[in-house]
Amino acid sequence: MTLDTSQPPPVHGPRPTLPEREALEGSLPPAPTRLAAREFNLYYGTHHALKQVSLEIPSGSVTAIIGPSGCGKSTLLRSFNRMNDLIPGVHLNGHMVVSGHDVYAPGTDVVELRRRVGMVFQRPNPFPKSIFENVAFGLRMLGVNDRAALSPRVEQSLRRAALWDEVRDRLDRSALQLSGGQQQRLCIARCLAVEPEVILMDEPASALDPTATVRIEELILELKGRYTIVVVTHNMQQAARISDRTAFMLQGELVEYDDTRRVFTSPREKLTEDYITGRFG
Amino acid sequence: MSALGLPLVPLPELPRARRADWSGSGFTLLSAIAAGLIVLMVVVILGDVALNGWATVTWEFLAGAPREGMTKGGIFPAIYGTLLLVVLMVVALVPFGVGAAVWLHLYARQDSWFTKSVRFAVHNLAGVPSIVFGLFGLGFFIQFIGREMDRAMGLDVVWGQPALLWASLTLALLNLPVVIVTTEESLRTVARDQREASLALGATRWQTVRHVLLPQALPGILTGAILAVARGAGEVAPILFTGAAYFLPFLPKAPTDQFMELGYHVFVLATQSPDVDATRPLLYGTVMVLLALTFLLNLTAILLRSRLRARLLGRG
Repeated sequence: MTLDTSQPPPVHGPRPTLPEREALEGSLPPAPTRLAAREFNLYYGTHHALKQVSLEIPSGSVTAIIGPSGCGKSTLLRSFNRMNDLIPGVHLNGHMVVSGHDVYAPGTDVVELRRRVGMVFQRPNPFPKSIFENVAFGLRMLGVNDRAALSPRVEQSLRRAALWDEVRDRLDRSALQLSGGQQQRLCIARCLAVEPEVILMDEPASALDPTATVRIEELILELKGRYTIVVVTHNMQQAARISDRTAFMLQGELVEYDDTRRVFTSPREKLTEDYITGRFG
Repeated sequence: MSALGLPLVPLPELPRARRADWSGSGFTLLSAIAAGLIVLMVVVILGDVALNGWATVTWEFLAGAPREGMTKGGIFPAIYGTLLLVVLMVVALVPFGVGAAVWLHLYARQDSWFTKSVRFAVHNLAGVPSIVFGLFGLGFFIQFIGREMDRAMGLDVVWGQPALLWASLTLALLNLPVVIVTTEESLRTVARDQREASLALGATRWQTVRHVLLPQALPGILTGAILAVARGAGEVAPILFTGAAYFLPFLPKAPTDQFMELGYHVFVLATQSPDVDATRPLLYGTVMVLLALTFLLNLTAILLRSRLRARLLGRG
């Protein structure tokens, strides 16, 4: 794949030019950091999967993590909500900070962490339950069982996930009858229902057709601001379209992490340039 | 010339696939004979039982008790005893088996020696002959647990004797490996992403088991239960020493009572009767009822399972 780096990447809507943006950002106080990795290392057995990764993700932004297969981008994503805990043989050191809390500190409430840091997976994975019950699942797990209390939250979540109009008259039908793209938006709605601060998305559109992909991308842009979003993607145009900041990873190392515009137009590292111009990957 | 305007180069001809050779058709024939034999055996057995048992199975036979040294009367006590036995067995078996499978699959550290020895034990338990389970039940449940209970409660002999409770527990033990293995297998088939989806939403491990994994594994768990019921209803050896009675003038009322059972009744009619010719029709009738009962239990479970499956697939 090649990317013409002389042209700015396609984006949604008019976007300030780089000097304008720098001026703007200079005048505003920087957004507080929502997620941070500090010298984070992770091993699968003896395989060193994440090497000294440090990065800070500002609140309310969309960050894309790009890199070739096996570079550790999903591993990094799953470290934020400790989903790697489920894999036997994983050990790690360094710090991972969410909203000021070190998530690997002893005594961390992992269940609460995962509620606050939601996750959307590569393949849509709705439960074999009704559409309503899928969205209500997280709330029920929190002990909300009253239909009158659940309904408005389910509706709000489905609206935010831009799915409400399509499913409003069939909430009690099985979620498995929805199309792949609808299922993925349902998974996003399900995740929004428990009011997370952060949404991690692991290649959320890679199993979807182009139209469904566009809808997911639009949705990410709509959710931005209210939520801090981190998207792993192997699609560089997608990263360029939706993200404010881009992290490029290679063989477990964070090679470059900067404003998306800069990463795609004037990357500091030769490796980044080679990757985004399609010389490898 | 091809569509692209290039000359078509003829490719060398491929060797023709050999459609059928002698050994292939020979093997097909052998498999067909083997399959046919199985069908034939089932037809012969069922046919024989049905033809000879049909006339015996009347309402009086189903609802009456044996009379005149088992040469007359019905088998109601045995039907009643079998049903009680199987129900008690399932009640004891399923929670234990499913619990063990959930622990093995989700909670146990897979590489610890304890987990490995539990797995080893489960697989070996499956290979133990059923008569050994019977002896174990006698030694462990009746002579150890039962007697200790009597001693602790200052009773004469209430628990420390063959009884419905001990027989069903022995049968449950016999079928435990089946349920553990099928449950674990079906938990394994629940996609990992379902488990991750639940945990990522802030569900605890137990909530994930309870609301996501077990509902989806239910058809598989039912399969295990079906196998256990089918086997439990027909197995005689484990209950021989632990609670089945040759003949009882009353129905069991408490878990400490002995009981009559269809499989054992078949054995009694076939070998212990003073007049074999007189009991033969009763024997056929009893076998037919036993088969029908097992078949009915299986059918119910299979229907239940297919309804559950349909619901999981989003139909129905």
